[in-house]
Amino acid sequence: MKNQKSIELLHQDYLKTLINKKRWIRFYQLVIFLLFFSSWELASQKDWIDQLIFSSPSKIWNLFIQKMNDGSLAMNVGVTLTETVVGFILGTFLGTLLAAILWWSPLLSDILDPYLVILNAMPKVALGPILIVALGPGFTSIIAMGAIISIIITTIVVYTSFKEVDPNYVTVLKTFGATRVQCFREAILPASFPTIISTLKVNVGLSWVGVIVGEFLVSAKGLGYMIIYGFQVFNFTLVMLSLLLIAVLATIMYQAVDLLEKKLIKNG
Amino acid sequence: MDFLTINHIHHTYFTKSSATTALSDITLDVQEGEFISFLGPSGCGKTTLLSIVAGLIKPTEGKVELENRPIGDGDNKIGYMLQQDYLFPWKTIEENITLGLKMNQVLNDKTRSEALSLLHQMGLKGVESKLPRHLSGGMRQRVALVRTLATEPKLLMLDEPFSALDYQTKLKLEDLVSNTLKQFGKTAILVTHDIGEAIAMSDRIFLFSPQPGRLHKTFTIPEELRNLTPFKARNHRRFAELFQMIWKELEQLEEPEKY
Repeated sequence: MKNQKSIELLHQDYLKTLINKKRWIRFYQLVIFLLFFSSWELASQKDWIDQLIFSSPSKIWNLFIQKMNDGSLAMNVGVTLTETVVGFILGTFLGTLLAAILWWSPLLSDILDPYLVILNAMPKVALGPILIVALGPGFTSIIAMGAIISIIITTIVVYTSFKEVDPNYVTVLKTFGATRVQCFREAILPASFPTIISTLKVNVGLSWVGVIVGEFLVSAKGLGYMIIYGFQVFNFTLVMLSLLLIAVLATIMYQAVDLLEKKLIKNG
Repeated sequence: MDFLTINHIHHTYFTKSSATTALSDITLDVQEGEFISFLGPSGCGKTTLLSIVAGLIKPTEGKVELENRPIGDGDNKIGYMLQQDYLFPWKTIEENITLGLKMNQVLNDKTRSEALSLLHQMGLKGVESKLPRHLSGGMRQRVALVRTLATEPKLLMLDEPFSALDYQTKLKLEDLVSNTLKQFGKTAILVTHDIGEAIAMSDRIFLFSPQPGRLHKTFTIPEELRNLTPFKARNHRRFAELFQMIWKELEQLEEPEKY
């Protein structure tokens, strides 16, 4: 009886140390955050760094409030966010579809192999000007940029995972007389689900690259446009504001996919 | 009339650098309701033969007929159980055992409840909505057996289904499988390299020699052993005799060939 009590106490102590450790980690994370912004502000105020180039947190904040009030910020953020989300969903979906086609026809996959290697090695953003000419300087070509940057790598990763599914699962289905479509739907696709979700994570980052570069080139709307515009009129407060917003939004998207992954894997 | 006939089967695997003959001139037949074993050292083509009978691979030569009809014409009278359970980890136990029914598009309330009652007969209650990873190895193999039996195959093939289990579980499962198959009057082929398992479970044993796989000898298990459950058969006097006999044959096989 006494023994059990002492074990319980020890367990509570253990939990306490865990909580304490977590608190310290959060504390230092906060310290780094505050230290970074306050020293930036201070350095800017005291003219240790060039205000024109590096701006300052307070200026960025003021600009943020001002842009929020005139509604232009919400519009630009909305445009970029939509493009990125659509781009990366499209990229992942089309990549997976392409992988499924390659799995379906081993002959086709052998034939297309060198072209996949070339397309994968090629820096996709270099296709930007061609996309803009072909699809027009707007929404469509920017989404295409966001998608195209992740399609090929998704295809390669997902196709590899399709091929690595334990063939015995397919054997089990075949002994039941399953067709190739049934084998794909019941074994290959669900077994590769974790891989597809993890490519989703990589594709979030890639699609941001595609979309921002696309907006640089089209220069009409969005956060990428705000960066290019700020650069051209030498308004670096605007550039910094856009960068901070991109950092925050990309992190939120990444965390959302992470959450989705945890939820789906728990069920699977 | 023979239930299953295997007629002059040859099979050769081709790779870039070689052609390996896995099976050479295998001819045998199986009666309905019989339990037979393919016994032999590794590399004697037991699993290859099983895959051919299951219609999973086409033999280079020869033919297999089930009830006088060539196998593999898609009417699914054959059930196959693998070395590991291969339950689908993302499907619940119920989804797993009804998988074969779903593939054959015969999944309805009736077949579903039949599959579930089979699961209960195997001593697995209240696991329907669990995932395979929550079950022990022996339980999972029982679920795999239910999955195989749910489609009511006429011929059941067992490819070392107990090899991945601990000894105690294996003995218990041998009894369960043997009783279940007898109860349903199923014909079964067991592939194994375990002499004891082959004697305890089968009516006849086909001993294979390796490289290339040939049918070396056939043993008929005496009546008094057949009528016992595998566990009891293991303790029978005749069991040890047979074990010694097969053991000696196997030892001879391992000696380098003299011709």
